[in-house]
Amino acid sequence: MNTEKNIKTLVVKKPLKLDCGKTIKDFPIAYETYGSLNSKKDNAILVFHALTGDQFVTGINPVTNKEGWWSYAVGPDKAIDTNKYFVICSNVIGGCMGSYGPSHKDPDQKIFGTNFPVITINDMVNAQYNLLDHFGIDKLFSITGGSMGGMQVLQFICNFPNKSKTVIPIATTSSHSAQNIAFNELGRQAITADSNWKDGNYTSNDTNPGKGLAVARMAAHITYLSKKGLQEKFGRKLQEREDLKFGFDADFQIESYLRYQGSVFVDRFDANSYLYITRAMDYFDLAKQFNGNLSEAFINTNAKFFIISFTSDWLYPTQENKDIVIALNSIGADVGFVEIESDKGHDSFLLNVPDFLSALKNFLDKSYEEN
Amino acid sequence: MKNEFQIIADLIEKDKKVLDVGCADGTLMKFLKDNKNINIRGLEISKEKVQECIAKGLTVIEGNAEKDLKQFPDKSFDYVVLSQTLQAFLNPELVLDELLRVGKKAIVTIPNFGYWKVRFHLLIKGTMPITKTLPDEWYNTPNIHMCTIKDFFHFVKSKDIKIFKSLALNNLNSSIINESNLGVKNLFADLGIFLIEK
Repeated sequence: MNTEKNIKTLVVKKPLKLDCGKTIKDFPIAYETYGSLNSKKDNAILVFHALTGDQFVTGINPVTNKEGWWSYAVGPDKAIDTNKYFVICSNVIGGCMGSYGPSHKDPDQKIFGTNFPVITINDMVNAQYNLLDHFGIDKLFSITGGSMGGMQVLQFICNFPNKSKTVIPIATTSSHSAQNIAFNELGRQAITADSNWKDGNYTSNDTNPGKGLAVARMAAHITYLSKKGLQEKFGRKLQEREDLKFGFDADFQIESYLRYQGSVFVDRFDANSYLYITRAMDYFDLAKQFNGNLSEAFINTNAKFFIISFTSDWLYPTQENKDIVIALNSIGADVGFVEIESDKGHDSFLLNVPDFLSALKNFLDKSYEEN
Repeated sequence: MKNEFQIIADLIEKDKKVLDVGCADGTLMKFLKDNKNINIRGLEISKEKVQECIAKGLTVIEGNAEKDLKQFPDKSFDYVVLSQTLQAFLNPELVLDELLRVGKKAIVTIPNFGYWKVRFHLLIKGTMPITKTLPDEWYNTPNIHMCTIKDFFHFVKSKDIKIFKSLALNNLNSSIINESNLGVKNLFADLGIFLIEK
C-alpha cells in the first residue's frame, strides 16, 4: 500500500495540536503537483480529495497505475487547466498514500493501528496549510473539492479566511447527516467484524481485513450512484449466464460489479485509514463550531464562492449544498450556486458530466481574468 | 442594448450593490457590471440560463424567486431589479413584498396589458393579444398575472409603496408617468418602469 517510490513528501516540523487533544510533529504530508506556479504565485489551486482519494489527481497514479481520481476535471485544457493553473493536492492525514496515518510507525517503531490519534476535517486542513509555506504561496487562487473534499474546502476558508480568492465546494455538506453517519458506521462495522482486523493490529497484506473492507466499499459505492443510474446501467441483467443459477454466486451484473469494486479497492486502501477518515467525516459539523450559526464560519472572508450540487446526489443532496449558499447569502457574501442535472448520483463530480465541467471551467477562468 | 436596460442603468448610481431577480442570461447584469462597476448578483430559475451567466463571469444563484428570496437579509441590496417577470409569478404580491424587503429600493418593469395594440388585438381579433413584449400564445405563456400600467400604479399606491420614478416606454421613447397622465401613458406605452421603495 505505502509504496515509497514516486511519493513526494513534506515533513512538517511544526507541532500540530489535534482536536482530540494530542499533538503531532515531524509528520509527513504526501503531495503531488500539476502545472507550474507562475512568478506572481497567484495561480495555485489547492484540491482536496474525498474519502478514498489521494494526491494523484490526474494522469496515471504511479502507485496504482490507474487514472487519477479527477482526470476528467484536471489536466491540460480541462476544467482545471494545468496549462494555466498550478494544482496542488495532498493525501489527508489519516490516509494511506504516504501522509501520516495509522499504517505509520509510532516513536517506538510500532505500527500505530488504532493507536493513531483520531483526526478531524479541521486537523486535515490545518496539516495541509503547511503546503502554502512550503511553496511560498501567500494566497491561493482557488480551493476546491467534492464530497469530503468539499468539507475540507469549507473548513479551510473558515480557518484561513484570507488565503484563497475563490472557493468551490462541490456535492458536499456543512454537517454530516444521520444518514451519512449511518452508512459510514455500516462500513466500519464490516471492517471491524472481519476476524483479520484484530483490533487494528493486522500487519501484512496477507492478513489484512480485506473481506470487511470490500463490504464497506460495496455499501459505500451504492450510495455514490443513483437508483436511475444503476437501473439504466445494470437493470436485472445477468452476469455471463443465460438464466438464474439458484445459488449465491453473482447471478446479476450489479452483484458482480460491486464485488469487483470491493476487490480492487482492497488492493489500494488501508482498512484502518477507512475507519479514521470516515470518523473524521462523521465528526464534521461546521455550524456546531460556531454555536449553530454556519454564517459565522465565513464572516471573515471576502472570497468568492461557487457551490455546485447534482440533481441525483442523495448522499449530499442539493438542499444541504443550498444550506451553505443560504448561510453565505445571509452575510452578504459573494456566492454563486448551480445544481447540475445528472443521473450519475454523488459520483457525478468525478465523471464526465459536461455541464458540470463547463461551469467549473467558466467560473475559474472568468474569475482568473478578473484577477 | 435594450432601451429598457439603459433606463434601468440610468436609475442606478455607480458602485451600488444590486440583485437582478430572474436575471435570465445575464445581459442586464453584464451591462451594469461593465458600465457602472456595480456589484451585482443574479437569481435565475433556468439551469441553462444560469450556465450562460457563469460563462459571462457573473455571480448567479440558481433558484426560484417565490421561494428563495427569503434567504436574503432585510435591505441587503441597494437595488433589486425585476425586469418583465412580475406577471409570471404565482403570487406577484408576495414577490413584490420580498423585493422591497431585500432591497432598499426596487426597480420593477412590467409589460403593459393596457397598451393600445394589446387592447386593439383583443377588441378586433377577439383572441388573446400577441405583441413584441408578449410573444407567447395563451396556452404556453409564462405570463399568468398580466396587469396594466394603471393596475400596477394603483396597486403600489394601495400598498403604501413610495414611487420615486415611473416611466412609460414606447420603443425608444420614455416619458414620466404621473397621476394626471396615467390614462394616456397606459394606452401608449408597451412597458412601464417603476422605481419604488417601502
